[in-house]
This record gives sequence, C-alpha cells and structure tokens, in this order.
Amino acid sequence: MSEEMGLEMEQDLERECALENPVLPYLRQDRIPHIWCPGCGIGTTVNCFARALTESGMNMDDIAIVSGIGCTGRVAGYLNLDSFHTTHGRAIPFATGLKLANPHMKVVVYSGDGDLSAIGGNHLLHAARRNMDLMVVCVNNFTYGMTGGQVAPTTPTGPTQTTMPYGNFESSFNLPALASACGAVYVARWTVYHVRQLAKAMREGLQKKGFVFIEALSPCPTLYSRRNRLGDGVDQVKYYKERSIVKNGADTKDVGLTYQGDIVVGKFVDRERPTWMDSMNEHFTKVLGNKFTPYGVENGQD
Amino acid sequence: MSGDEPKKGKGTVFVRAEVCKGCSYCIDFCPTHSLEFSREFNAKGYHYPTLARPEDCTGCDLCGLYCPDFAIYGVRWKDIEEKRQKAAQVAKASE
Ligand SMILES: Cc1ncc(C[n+]2csc(CCOP(=O)(O)OP(=O)(O)O)c2C)c(N)n1
Ligand code: SF4
Ligand code: SF4
Ligand code: SF4
Ligand SMILES: [Mg+2]
Repeated sequence: MSEEMGLEMEQDLERECALENPVLPYLRQDRIPHIWCPGCGIGTTVNCFARALTESGMNMDDIAIVSGIGCTGRVAGYLNLDSFHTTHGRAIPFATGLKLANPHMKVVVYSGDGDLSAIGGNHLLHAARRNMDLMVVCVNNFTYGMTGGQVAPTTPTGPTQTTMPYGNFESSFNLPALASACGAVYVARWTVYHVRQLAKAMREGLQKKGFVFIEALSPCPTLYSRRNRLGDGVDQVKYYKERSIVKNGADTKDVGLTYQGDIVVGKFVDRERPTWMDSMNEHFTKVLGNKFTPYGVENGQD
Repeated sequence: MSGDEPKKGKGTVFVRAEVCKGCSYCIDFCPTHSLEFSREFNAKGYHYPTLARPEDCTGCDLCGLYCPDFAIYGVRWKDIEEKRQKAAQVAKASE
C-alpha cells in the first residue's frame, strides 16, 4: 500500500467516524498553517494549553487571552477565544484592565520571554506584587525570536546572538525566582518535552486565584539553536529531556539556568495570598463600611 | 487498513500531511517508536510521519500533544469503534 493511499484511507475513516484532532476546536482554523518555523516549540505549548482548557471544564466564553508582540505573541491570534494582540511588553497591563472590568473572567497572558521580562519586565513585577488575578504563560526560547535573535534578559551567558556576536557576557534572569520574590502565588517551570506536566500546570493555573507564572522552555531552532550549532528544534527538546531534573517545591533561588546545563523543572510555588481585588474590597469595607459595595463579588469573582 | 488487514495495535494515528513541517517531534517522542518518516514529500517538500509499526501504536495521542503544527493525532481503536457506532446511529435516525 502506498503512503498516499494510506493517508486517503485515514481521511475516509476520520470522516466516517467524525474524528478530529482534539486541539482543532480551540484554534481559528482558517489561520492554520501558522507562521512558526519547523521545529519551533510554541505550537507544542498551544497543545498543552488546549488540553488544559478541556480538562479545566471551564466555559470558553469566560476565558480571554492576551499576548504582546513576538512569535509567541501570535498565540492569541490563533486561539479561538476572546483574543487580544496588544503592543510589545504591554500584555500584562492590558490584561489587568480587562480583568478589573470583567471580574468574572479568567484572563490569560501568553507571551515571550522578551516581551514579558525585557520591555514588559516592570509590569511583571508589579502584577505579581499586587497578586493580580492573572495567569501568565511565558514561552522562554532564550531570545527575541521574531526580530532576528537579539540577546534577551533570559539568554544564558555564553551563546552567540545577533547583538552578541562574540557570545553573551551578561547574566540572565531566573524568571521563577523573580516571579516568586515579587509575590506570585503559583510558579512552575516545564519544557516542551514535559507536555503532560505543562498541560497539568496550565490546568492548575487556570483554576488558581491570584498571580500565576508558568515558564515553558521552548526551542527557537532558527535563531538560537542553529546559530549556536545546537542542532534543530528536536535536538533542543532532547537536551531538555536529558538534562531536566524534576524538583517540585524547589527553592526558586536554586533554579537559575546556564547554557546547555541542567534544568530544574517542577511546581516551585503554590500558596495563598489575597488578590488585589480581595484586598481592595476588604480595605474599603473596613474604612467605608456600608457606604461601600464590594466590587466584582456578586458577579462571580469567587 | 488495506485489504489484507495488517496487524492492529490498540490505536492508530491520523496525519494531515499537508501541514506537517517534518520536525520529527512525533517520531522521536512516541513512547512506542511506532512512527517513521514517509519516503514521500508533501507539497512543501517535507517528509511527514507514517505509522510504520501499527501493531505498537497505543493511540495515546502523545504525538498529537507534541506536534507543533497540529498535523498528527492518535486515537484508540476502542474510541474509534464507539464513534463509528454513534455515527451509524445518527445516520439511521435521519433516514
Ligand atoms: C515598542 C516595540 N519595541 C520593539 C519591537 C520589536 N520587537 C518585536 S517582537 C520583539 C521581541 C520578541 O521576543 P520575545 O518576546 O521573546 O518573543 P519570541 O519572538 O521569542 O517568541 C521585539 C523587540 C516592537 N514591536 N515594539
Ligand atoms: S523565529 Fe524562533 S521563535 Fe520564532 S517561529 Fe521561528 S523558531 Fe519559533
Ligand atoms: S498515538 Fe501514541 S503510540 Fe501511537 S504513534 Fe502517537 S505517540 Fe506513538
Ligand atoms: S510533530 Fe507534527 S510537524 Fe513534526 S514531523 Fe510530526 S507531524 Fe510533522
Ligand atoms: Mg523569546
């Protein structure tokens, strides 16, 4: 049987039994195929997110997704949710406004390491400090993918980047430590090798109240791995597989990344703190008594 | 799935060859090593995966969870049979 004949028979069976890839209902299918390069890991994180949406049992009308600019920033445009593709670095402030105006909604920020920790870094700190009720998915490919592979705050010391032609001499951010120090209530890191764990973290994140930060390490073969002779996307995922060490509950101070070194993955932080809106309601109720109507409570914040 | 039924495993895969970018995620991370690259190319010039060892496929859909291009997914035969019966019932009811 030729391969083409095999594919045709598969399609007949799909049609006959109304089978469908479980990720498709979550996508704007008219926009697929997407722009991501062969072996780019961003699409894999989208599969995990789709699975998390299914498993959360949430109503898709109650979820909004906000992205900044970058290859990862394209995610919002491909998902069949209320999607917002904002300006570079401003996904978190946009999402904050969206959440405060629609307290019943779950607002997810899905963006790149550069968008969230470079130009948008300050917003990340303050949203975590305030415990704003947002879930942030940060796809960390150690570079500015979309603009041609410039050095990012997440680029480890060592590799070559467009703007570091002799190798990066700067130190990189340890994003879980940053998010945790600022007050995030849920912090996890997985890689695109850990698809099931990443999907589970995203499901837990969707169900958690408060500021959630999930870092997903993902290959950028075009501008990071190939440029540094690390092979293709699949070779980076094999590296994640070989060098990842699962340490749930690890002290985030100890999870910094080095160039092609060990990767500590796991759920690092899962704690409770009043959200910004809870604190506001509690404070004004105390100060103003009956004159104050708590905001966002009866329309389903809790 | 041909006339002389090859040995079936617990599941099978469906491939949309035309959107595959040949990244090999599905092939390298299938837990039962059931997939291989096709000899044929798709329109964009990529080799896409085929189920080389159907008897080993469990239908776990890990390939689907890995595929960054939404080009493959796995299903258990048990679930396919259930859907087939449902589809047949619907067709009968609308007759
Ligand atoms: C205000 C502003 N400054 C700079 C840019 C150019 N720019 C677009 S995407 C990007 C970085 C993207 O990196 P990252 O967020 O890591 O996303 P990736 O492409 O790696 O997924 C930059 C600098 C811009 N669009 N707007
Ligand atoms: S440039 Fe890098 S991050 Fe962007 S789509 Fe290509 S591989 Fe992915
Ligand atoms: S469904 Fe599971 S066993 Fe079958 S090819 Fe895909 S990953 Fe392999
Ligand atoms: S993971 Fe998807 S895109 Fe990559 S080779 Fe397999 S089917 Fe093709
Ligand atoms: Mg990036």
